[in-house]
Amino acid sequence: MLEDLFKVVKTRFNGTEGKSDEGVRKKDIPDDLLFKCPRCLQTIFSEEYAALNKVCPSCNYHGRLTVNERLRLTIDKGSFVEYDSDMISKNPIDFPGYAEKQAKLRCETNLKDAVVTGEATIRGIKVVIGVMDSRYMMASMGSVVGEKLTRAIETATEKKLPVIFFCASGGARMQEGIISLMQMAKTSGAIAKHSEQGLLYISVLTDPTTGGVTASFASLGDIIIAEPKVVIGFAGRRVIEGTIKQRLPDYFQTAEFMLEKGFVDMIVERKRMRSTLAHLLKLHGYTDENRYNN
Amino acid sequence: MNKLSAYERLELIRHKNRPTVRDYIPQIFDEFYEIHGDRLYGDDGAIIGGIGRLGERPVTVLAQVKGRNIEENKKSNFAMPHPEGYRKALRLAKQAEKFKRPIICLIDTPGAFCGVEAEARGQGEAIAKNLAEFMMLRTPVISIVLGEGGSGGALALGVCDELAMLENALYSVISPRGFANILWKDASREREACQIVKCTAEDLMRFGVAETIIPEPVGGAHNDLYKISENIKEFLLEKVEEKCQKDIDLLLKERYTKFRKIGEFEENEDIAN
Ligand SMILES: [Zn+2]
Repeated sequence: MLEDLFKVVKTRFNGTEGKSDEGVRKKDIPDDLLFKCPRCLQTIFSEEYAALNKVCPSCNYHGRLTVNERLRLTIDKGSFVEYDSDMISKNPIDFPGYAEKQAKLRCETNLKDAVVTGEATIRGIKVVIGVMDSRYMMASMGSVVGEKLTRAIETATEKKLPVIFFCASGGARMQEGIISLMQMAKTSGAIAKHSEQGLLYISVLTDPTTGGVTASFASLGDIIIAEPKVVIGFAGRRVIEGTIKQRLPDYFQTAEFMLEKGFVDMIVERKRMRSTLAHLLKLHGYTDENRYNN
Repeated sequence: MNKLSAYERLELIRHKNRPTVRDYIPQIFDEFYEIHGDRLYGDDGAIIGGIGRLGERPVTVLAQVKGRNIEENKKSNFAMPHPEGYRKALRLAKQAEKFKRPIICLIDTPGAFCGVEAEARGQGEAIAKNLAEFMMLRTPVISIVLGEGGSGGALALGVCDELAMLENALYSVISPRGFANILWKDASREREACQIVKCTAEDLMRFGVAETIIPEPVGGAHNDLYKISENIKEFLLEKVEEKCQKDIDLLLKERYTKFRKIGEFEENEDIAN
């Protein structure tokens, strides 16, 4: 039944770019009414998609969440205390249009940059959490992302708390030049120090985790979890396709591919994420009294 | 001194006679023994590692290899390492730590290799691991960018106590070509991109990424291999000695701080708009 509805929607709206008469009709319907799955290309009403917590009912692709959506699905209600909520980036290499672009994005997303960090509890267990939001410059890592994550890790080290990062990123933020590259070393170094204290870091790879973030903190989790069907990789798919002059299979650089190759520990569905995290935390000796039993 | 533009430097470091690590190593180190393989998968030709003597002191050398001709470049994959290259570097770095040898990293790469096999073998993980592990290595690490320092592929040998740039070397988050491609969808506008991305030795000093600029002979390193090797060696002798004298815990603290303080941002008060 529902499937039939999708088919109708699909035939009506699939693949039109506003040129055919179908496109004219499409104009009557707001863009955000429909969601087209980037994996299976099925179309679904946005309301339906949202009700499914942005998981595609046809192929189980786990779509991109905003910070607030992610927090709502992950942590105990009302437990979040944000760190560094007012930090914004400068324009270190005077990149043309960077400041304007950020001002616009700040308005549109109500974010100050691509990551939100803070303290929260998951089923009563206290954690330091960081969530990246791909709406903000594809969650690329510049000074603010690097600094906020590093501070969060350092705070966790100080307070002997576990760290959970929901990673998503297009990579280093090239608008900040070499400074963005250095954030990779900075965050990785902070993780190394956190690890040295015997503390747990769980990295959750969400859609998409690529480039300099894959090549730094995202790949350094004691436990690396991925959501189903998300993109995970280092190099851009098109860059590789350009080099080898052929199209790569859809399976390449997915969570499932990375699991098979040994770079992801487990794939966890969104509906089981909170309980999985809570169990893993407990297995590492973190309790809801926030006591670390060593 | 006549300062060249970023693009002129890019042309210089692409000069076919620009010295490579194959030229430098025999000039700078004695009794150099190359050590192969990551003991996990294979031996990557893009990074050579080995043990040698710098003056009196045994050191571990990790170096990215640009070929001087097509044959050499085939072997070294144009200095674009695969994951096993970074894993070899880490293996030898750990070995250096064990035997208390300082580590010298010679950086010269367009970037980590982007390919199907590199992805399948975990290019991202290999680089990430080097960043974290090099930060904690209990032995001095000195890195020098010889020509091209391309992105994460360079940084994987760039977590160090002291970073030097050869005068005309460039170190960048993305190649000027790639930058032009992303900015204007036009890779040919490399020259403009070069200026915008701010990747010269002076830029890096200003950002606190590099600590030293090693002067090149007039017209560039290729004009006098002996002289440029001497300059590099002089720098290394001084810095290695200095870092070896330092208390190791202090050295590690300073290494962490060196990267920790890089970043430009502002907080609250002044931004209430
Ligand atoms: Zn789907």
